[in-house]
Amino acid sequence: MSSEPTEVHHAEGEHGDTMTRKRIWKVFFILLGITCVEFFIALYLVPNGHMAIKVANPVYIVLTLFKAFYIVAFFMHLKFEKVGLVYAILVPILFIIGLILVLTNESHHWITLRL
Amino acid sequence: MSATVTQIDDLKTTPWSGGRSPFNVEYGKMMMWFFLLSDAFTFSSLLISYGALRFSAPTWPSPSLVFQSVPGTSIEHGAPLVFVGLMTFILIMSSVTMVLAVEAGHRNSKKEVIWWMIGTIIGGLMFLSCQALEWNHLHSEGFWWSAIPNKETLQEFFEKGVPFAQQQMTSHQFANLFFTITGFHGFHVFSGVIINIIITINVLKGTYEKRGSYLMIEKVGLYWHFVDLVWVFVFTFFYLV
Repeated sequence: MSSEPTEVHHAEGEHGDTMTRKRIWKVFFILLGITCVEFFIALYLVPNGHMAIKVANPVYIVLTLFKAFYIVAFFMHLKFEKVGLVYAILVPILFIIGLILVLTNESHHWITLRL
Repeated sequence: MSATVTQIDDLKTTPWSGGRSPFNVEYGKMMMWFFLLSDAFTFSSLLISYGALRFSAPTWPSPSLVFQSVPGTSIEHGAPLVFVGLMTFILIMSSVTMVLAVEAGHRNSKKEVIWWMIGTIIGGLMFLSCQALEWNHLHSEGFWWSAIPNKETLQEFFEKGVPFAQQQMTSHQFANLFFTITGFHGFHVFSGVIINIIITINVLKGTYEKRGSYLMIEKVGLYWHFVDLVWVFVFTFFYLV
């Protein structure tokens, strides 16, 4: 499938910084920890009235973005790729943010249409 | 004269001056990244439409009431997030075994790659079984594509005082979106398991050993982590928010 995979492969290891087994488990425990925090909010803080649902929802989204960062940066190795590739992948995400903004705004109007 | 030559040589060493891959990744791996980007657009469209419909709805089935049972056991009430927490753990765990397989591939250790890949496949199958149980449970309550439970059952999923007409409308939306989005994700997990099995067979046959690199493990690894990434978002927007 690939003509010269070994060459590229070794070149990648050149800048030394890559995933070691220690780092893999560290990222795993970070992901697990963040999920546990989400559970703590959903099962304890919100039902007992320590945190309003309006506060909890943005917190969930921020924590989810943290998890997404750790998966993409470390598990998918993007943090250690060339900066050109990183931007080629991350910049198009702006379109997704655009769609979120447009449809959030739009759905505000749907509320009034439905009444 | 020699100064000019050196200058040209300097120019040639920059990533974009030609003669080498500026991204420094193999073709197949870069294409996998671009495929995943397009897949990210598809999943985002689905999740954003879900968000827009839910945002504009006057009410919505409460996640802590809809998902409060542990399918496959006798626990029917009062255990929100337990089952989906298990599913999330399984998927993150299988992501870890996948990245360990990639790491073993870097060291050209065939035996370790095989074991971690088998671990990943088992994790994927466990996740799919859990999802089957979850779907079966919701289906037995009456949810399906454009199908909702009867009036008495439906009331259990809403806060008190929500009119029946609103319950009916938003439950339909909830059911369609839930089965479409988790179904699309589950189909990705299923394809991922199939791809992982094919790659593991190739490892067993010694294809990558002959090739001298386990780069193929990295490519399927990228796909597998993406599936995990999408689940992180599905989990938040269907079960937590």
